[in-house]
Amino acid sequence: MLMTDYLLLLIGTVLVNNFVLVKFLGLCPFMGVSSRTETAIGMSLATTFVMTLASLLSYLVNQYILLPLSLNYLNTMAFILVIAVVVQFTEMVVHKTSPNLYRLLGIFLPLITTNCAVLGVALLNLYQKHNFFESIIYGFGAALGFSLVLILFSAMREKIVNADVPSPFKGAAIAMITAGLMSLAFMGFTGLVKF
Amino acid sequence: MSIVLAIAVLGLMSLVFGALLGYASVKFKVEGDPLAIQIDELLPQTQCGQCGYPGCKPYAEAVANGEAINKCAPGGEATIKKIADLMGVDVQPLDESHETNNLPKVAFIIEQDCIGCTKCIQACPVDAIMGAAKQMHTIISDECTGCDLCVAPCPVDCIKMIPIEPSIQHWRWDLEQISIVNVD
Repeated sequence: MLMTDYLLLLIGTVLVNNFVLVKFLGLCPFMGVSSRTETAIGMSLATTFVMTLASLLSYLVNQYILLPLSLNYLNTMAFILVIAVVVQFTEMVVHKTSPNLYRLLGIFLPLITTNCAVLGVALLNLYQKHNFFESIIYGFGAALGFSLVLILFSAMREKIVNADVPSPFKGAAIAMITAGLMSLAFMGFTGLVKF
Repeated sequence: MSIVLAIAVLGLMSLVFGALLGYASVKFKVEGDPLAIQIDELLPQTQCGQCGYPGCKPYAEAVANGEAINKCAPGGEATIKKIADLMGVDVQPLDESHETNNLPKVAFIIEQDCIGCTKCIQACPVDAIMGAAKQMHTIISDECTGCDLCVAPCPVDCIKMIPIEPSIQHWRWDLEQISIVNVD
């Protein structure tokens, strides 16, 4: 596979097939951790780490443990196990290195385990028959796309807090509308890459 | 046979991952609560208990667990601002129960009324009261943090809290009193 193909896969995953706004995976942290930009950046870093590592490890587990023993039907369960371990590990590292970020992320850090985008990446890698490097790039690209929209969205929400929003739309309602408009904008990237 | 294999594989994987996590939890062990230690360093260490906790460290731990940051009267606005910066939350005004009178104060013992019971000495968190049993006590005013804790135990009510008069050493910079006006 050529270098350009990897690049195309990366950009395609970040923008065209954005996990949050086009595939609608990982909406819980997208709405939950986006009220402050600092927290959103922290969450993005943690999720990027987890997604990349989880897609790498789940590829290895699938390729070298499940396939040789023809236990393909166990892949969802095995991937969940892998993701839980990676998240737990990330939580320990964040707690050690940045206690403040650990407190700000709060419940959302262990909840990366149930972020469907993480399991989604692992399973889509399998269904799209990605090889080792493609899996890593796909996982990293998905995480990059997640980080991009999460940080953009949190920046917008910080502005919206100060805006004069009509009272029926205050709070979560306007956030949902904003997310919808962002999704429409990202759908526009579909024409970017011509296959 | 296949199901035994499946159970064995998942069991083994769990065992390996569990061992990895066990090693990581030893490697990345966190001593105490680092955030509480950072907050404790910002507090004035008067151990006055006006926040409702028995000292600065318990209050720091409570703040780290989500208690309001505006209860430290001796620290005042400056400490609240520092804690707010550290925690990444908004600055709040000092708790209402202290707000009425947060002038710097110092305790004063009316010496002819003092019976020398030593109760105020036991209450003082910063050892700013000098005296012995059945001897008259007095306040070392430089050490006194104005925490009010000696007032309640005194059986003859001979301790008063007096505001510190502004002097060159204790100047009250009322910069925030100048109101901000929008110029059209």
